[in-house]
Parts: sequence; C-alpha cells; structure tokens
Amino acid sequence: MKSLEELAAIRDKMKGKVSLREGENAIRVVVGMATCGISAGARPVLNAFVEEVSNAGLSDSVTVTQTGCIGICQFEPVVEVFETGKEKVTYVKMTAEKAKRIVDEHIKGGKVVAEYTIGNTKL
Amino acid sequence: MKELSLYILDITENSTRAGAKNISLEITEEGSRFSFSVSDDGCGMSEETVKKLSDPFYTTRTTRKVGLGIPFLRLAAEQTGGHIEISSRSAEQFPDTHGTKTSAFFDSSHIDFVPLGDIISTVVTLIQGNPDTDFVFTHTKDGKLVSLDTKELRAVLEGVPLDSFPVLEWIRESLSEQYSQM
Repeated sequence: MKSLEELAAIRDKMKGKVSLREGENAIRVVVGMATCGISAGARPVLNAFVEEVSNAGLSDSVTVTQTGCIGICQFEPVVEVFETGKEKVTYVKMTAEKAKRIVDEHIKGGKVVAEYTIGNTKL
Repeated sequence: MKELSLYILDITENSTRAGAKNISLEITEEGSRFSFSVSDDGCGMSEETVKKLSDPFYTTRTTRKVGLGIPFLRLAAEQTGGHIEISSRSAEQFPDTHGTKTSAFFDSSHIDFVPLGDIISTVVTLIQGNPDTDFVFTHTKDGKLVSLDTKELRAVLEGVPLDSFPVLEWIRESLSEQYSQM
C-alpha cells in the first residue's frame, strides 16, 4: 500500500508553496457537477482540468472548482472560466480532450477557444 | 448513467451541498448482494421533504424545475429488484444529531445491474471538490477491504490542502493499489 511516508514527503515538498496559492489565483475554472453534468460526462472533464493545470505548472495561479447546476443542462458538461478583469467564458459540451486544449490555448496562452464556447454551439 | 460510481458521486454531492463536515461512503458486496450508503452530518431534511424525494418534480433548486438525482438512483436499484432507503434528521429538530443517510441495494447478478465503474475517480473528485470535508470511504467485498480516511491524511499533511494535485495523485494511487489486491 502507498505509504504515509510518501505522503509526508509530498507534504514537505508542498509546504513552501501553500502560502502562494492563497489570494493569487487569477483564473478560476468552474465545472458543473450536478446530476445533469455528471451524467453528461463532467467527471473526466474535471479530472482532466485538474491534471492539465498541474502538468502546465499553473497550480499557483489557477484553481479548478466544482459547482452545481448552472441551468443549461442541455449543454452539459459546462465549464466556466473566470479571469479577473475579463468577461466570463462559458464552454459547453465539454470532453477531456477539449479540456486539454483549453488549458493549452486559453489558460496558458490567453486565447479563448472560440469554437467550444456557448456562442458557437448549436443544439 | 453508465456507472454506479457516477450515481454515488451525484448522491454524495447532495451531502456536500447540505453542508456536511463528515461524509461516510460505504460499499458492501457479498455474493450478488451489492449495496452502498452515504451518511452525512449535513443539515438534514424534514420528514415531508424525504417523502417527496422520489418525485422528479420535487427539487430545492431554483435554476430549473426537476431534480433527477434520487429518481435515477431509485430506478437503477429497482431495475435489479433492489430498493433505496433514505433517513434524515433535520437540523431544526435535531440540532446535535442531524444528517442524512441514503442507501441503495442491488442484485449485481441481475442483467440490468449498472456496473460500479471508476469508483476511484469518484472518490478523488469528491475530495478535490470538497477539500475541507472529511470523507471515510470503505469498500468491503467478500471480507476484503479497501479504505481511505481523509482525517488520517490530514494529520500527516499538516495544513497542505487535500486538493493539491500531488496529494490527489497519492490518493488515486493508494486506492488503485488497494483494489489491485482485492
């Protein structure tokens, strides 16, 4: 079994970084995780965002959080990206693959992936 | 939904939204008897509310008019010949012992039994979304046990959040190692 010593080693590595995480998060990625989101496939989408943000080394400036039903169930999985000083971006019909591209191009590169946004999606 | 682990995620999110500080998630398998239960110390519900829960047109949500979480779960259980049970104590009536327990019972040999699926992702997702809630997860299968208690992890982590990615990865690996030995 994974040992608690390994967890303690992770703790020692993380400890210096914890203070950085507070207050400095410029970007918030919010994944809808109500019944509608979950049945449409939100769980792998959420986990892809968590993993990609960490792999990109952005954990200090980007938080990935969950929320309930946003009210547009037919577009689930829905992901909203909030950035200080910018308009909210709503991505719809999300997949883990799309999440990877959004982290690359939008979160990291600053360019909204327009084709995945709600404005460009027909039902 | 294609996996029971998704139903479990959905039902457990009810507990987190009820303000639970402690959530216990138990899966028990004995032969073809499969059950899971989610117990929390959240705000609870009145008896009248519990009675309305299987009605898809009952929801406390304001963004839309239907709530399908419990009806879905009930259908998944009943289509195998099983059932669900919900008991709750509201915070108004029971200020010190409030909370809700939702249990679902299945016959896993039934052709309409929805397989458990990726339960590890469900546990990781719950902890990621609710890093300040304590979860106790146990899965017992014919006497063998997989378990995780976030209180034990918290004691080691000394303030490092449970939702930091390396910690979530450790949890994922710990559970998959335990499952490989089950």
